Amino acid sequence: MLSELLTTDVLIGIVASGIRLATSYLYAAIGETFGQLSGVLNLGVDGIMLMGAFGAYYAVIKTDSLFLGVLTAVGIGLIMGLAMAYVSVTLQAEQGISGIGFYLFGLGMSDLLFRKLVGTPLPASTFPRLHIPLLSDMPILGEVFFRHSLMVYLAFLLVPISSYVINRTTFGLKVRAVGQNPEAGDTLGINVNRIRYTTVILGSVLAAVGGASLSIALLGIFQQNLTNGQGFIAVALVYFGAWRPAGVMGGALLYGLVAALVLAGNTTGIIPRSGADIAAMMPALLTILALVIATRQVHQPAALSKPYKRGE
Amino acid sequence: MKKNRSLIVVAGILVLALLVVGCAAPATPTEAPTEEPMAEPFRIAVVSPSAINDLAFSQSIYDAVTLIQEEMGGESAVEVAFSDNMFVVEDAAAAIRDYASEGYDLVIAHGSQYGGSLVEIAPEFTDTAFAWGTAGDTFTDQGVTNVYAYEAASDQGGYVMGVMGAALSESGVIGVVGPIEVGDAKLYVDGFTLGAAAQNPDVTVNVNYINSFSDVALASEAAQAQVNAGADVMTGTAQMVVGAIGVADENGVLWFGTQANQTSLAPDIVVASQVYHWEVVLRDIIANIQGGTLGGEAYAINLENGGEVIEFNPDFALPDDVKTLADDTIQGIIDGSITYELPTE
Repeated sequence: MLSELLTTDVLIGIVASGIRLATSYLYAAIGETFGQLSGVLNLGVDGIMLMGAFGAYYAVIKTDSLFLGVLTAVGIGLIMGLAMAYVSVTLQAEQGISGIGFYLFGLGMSDLLFRKLVGTPLPASTFPRLHIPLLSDMPILGEVFFRHSLMVYLAFLLVPISSYVINRTTFGLKVRAVGQNPEAGDTLGINVNRIRYTTVILGSVLAAVGGASLSIALLGIFQQNLTNGQGFIAVALVYFGAWRPAGVMGGALLYGLVAALVLAGNTTGIIPRSGADIAAMMPALLTILALVIATRQVHQPAALSKPYKRGE
Repeated sequence: MKKNRSLIVVAGILVLALLVVGCAAPATPTEAPTEEPMAEPFRIAVVSPSAINDLAFSQSIYDAVTLIQEEMGGESAVEVAFSDNMFVVEDAAAAIRDYASEGYDLVIAHGSQYGGSLVEIAPEFTDTAFAWGTAGDTFTDQGVTNVYAYEAASDQGGYVMGVMGAALSESGVIGVVGPIEVGDAKLYVDGFTLGAAAQNPDVTVNVNYINSFSDVALASEAAQAQVNAGADVMTGTAQMVVGAIGVADENGVLWFGTQANQTSLAPDIVVASQVYHWEVVLRDIIANIQGGTLGGEAYAINLENGGEVIEFNPDFALPDDVKTLADDTIQGIIDGSITYELPTE
């Protein structure tokens, strides 16, 4: 039986599927990493993803332009990020609660708009899987890594880019300073609020694009609550990855791969039907386990979720 | 002061968010008639777990109630209220109770998960008739007199689809993407598997229950896993299959739909859909209520009573012999010449 699961074709399928499943989490979690590093916890990620997913979907079914779809998601991310930053930075609201508010807003609003503007779900065109000469034709490696859509590559490209920005640029240094000790940063002339506005807005834009990667890349459809809670998993992945983009990517891949492994196991009958419900819990269970083990050694940004008040 | 202000802001956002959520799941009755009504309108309220435009379970009851409203004379004769997206059973129970206390004539709890709440609520509102499904229990043995039950013999349509699928499959592998192994989803999948085996015992049917009614991304990858396993025919049930249909379309894999007509999602590859016509049951229930009986009867829609209809995609070039095979199978199930035994738990 096990040999059935271990054929090359099935293994290729599992890894490729895991990569696709990890993509939307990756966008959202990398974005959230920036916010959290600067000290802002945004629990509204899932709501922003839903709004981005719907906006991109709607733009594509109306114009058939994938570029406009992504652009719409970016615009929605900008607006929601600005609102989130205003509430959590300027108004200094309790971040855990206001984030839930943003989530509920996105959940309801995306469904309301979907119903009023679309009604009966229509399929939308999606980003095609790219065929890269030579690379895509390689046996095994080509099938696993080089037959994805542009949205998948962009997500993984974000990992080295954001690593560089966080660790090697002045902006990244300021972000980390503001998240660890905003008072000290302020004394050194860093505009704490401006940095936090920037990271929250950037995080929101990436969350919205992550939503778009579902609706106009992986699926080509929208449905009420399309993300099914992915935004919350993304927040957990930031802790899992210990606020490092590479770690976040590891978490997203682990989650996606285990989910894909379970699907393949169910399909081929290696996981018996009676064990399907337990198997379905595996991605979440493993992530929690790894989280418990991994975060023993690391500490979250000291000022995470603490609004900064000058002179107090 | 600062603290107070932020609290007010947070409270404001929450209220706004809840308002929007509330709007999305409108519990607003359709406009009351403006001119003098001839008689009091018949009032129907529906509580359903997913969205009424899910092209699956909730869509089926929405379409049926809308049709009943038209049949009975439009908005002046029938007042209809919907509360959908009631995934949380406690919220659904509150909505059911609200509708009952507002004096609706028929409150439909469209989800087998609502039964536990209904058996508590129904005895408090003895002037209101309730209907729930998919289920077979009217709770009469517990002394409840005002609950109707309805279910779908979805195994029948599933069997027909399975026969067609096995006849059309060239690879000999068929993939099924299921939600959770319960209710009409289980019946459909079991019927489908039996039908495929009856048509061709050599066909492999890979069944994958993904344990979610709502995870569209996971359903999509489940379909991809089926394609990787060699499937050239697929089916699936519940609202998350919209993700699977996209994958089928992309790979040129044939699709059989159920619960609602799914042709619009992929006109090239949807062969046929088993569509639920709950109006068949609702007509009887409403007639009974108007005659003074508020519950106690269990109904089932099936191929024979027209509550289940196999709707073929007119744009799909179905070979004549397979169409004949399908028609014969439907006829055989109706007249009893085709019988099968569903697996027990």
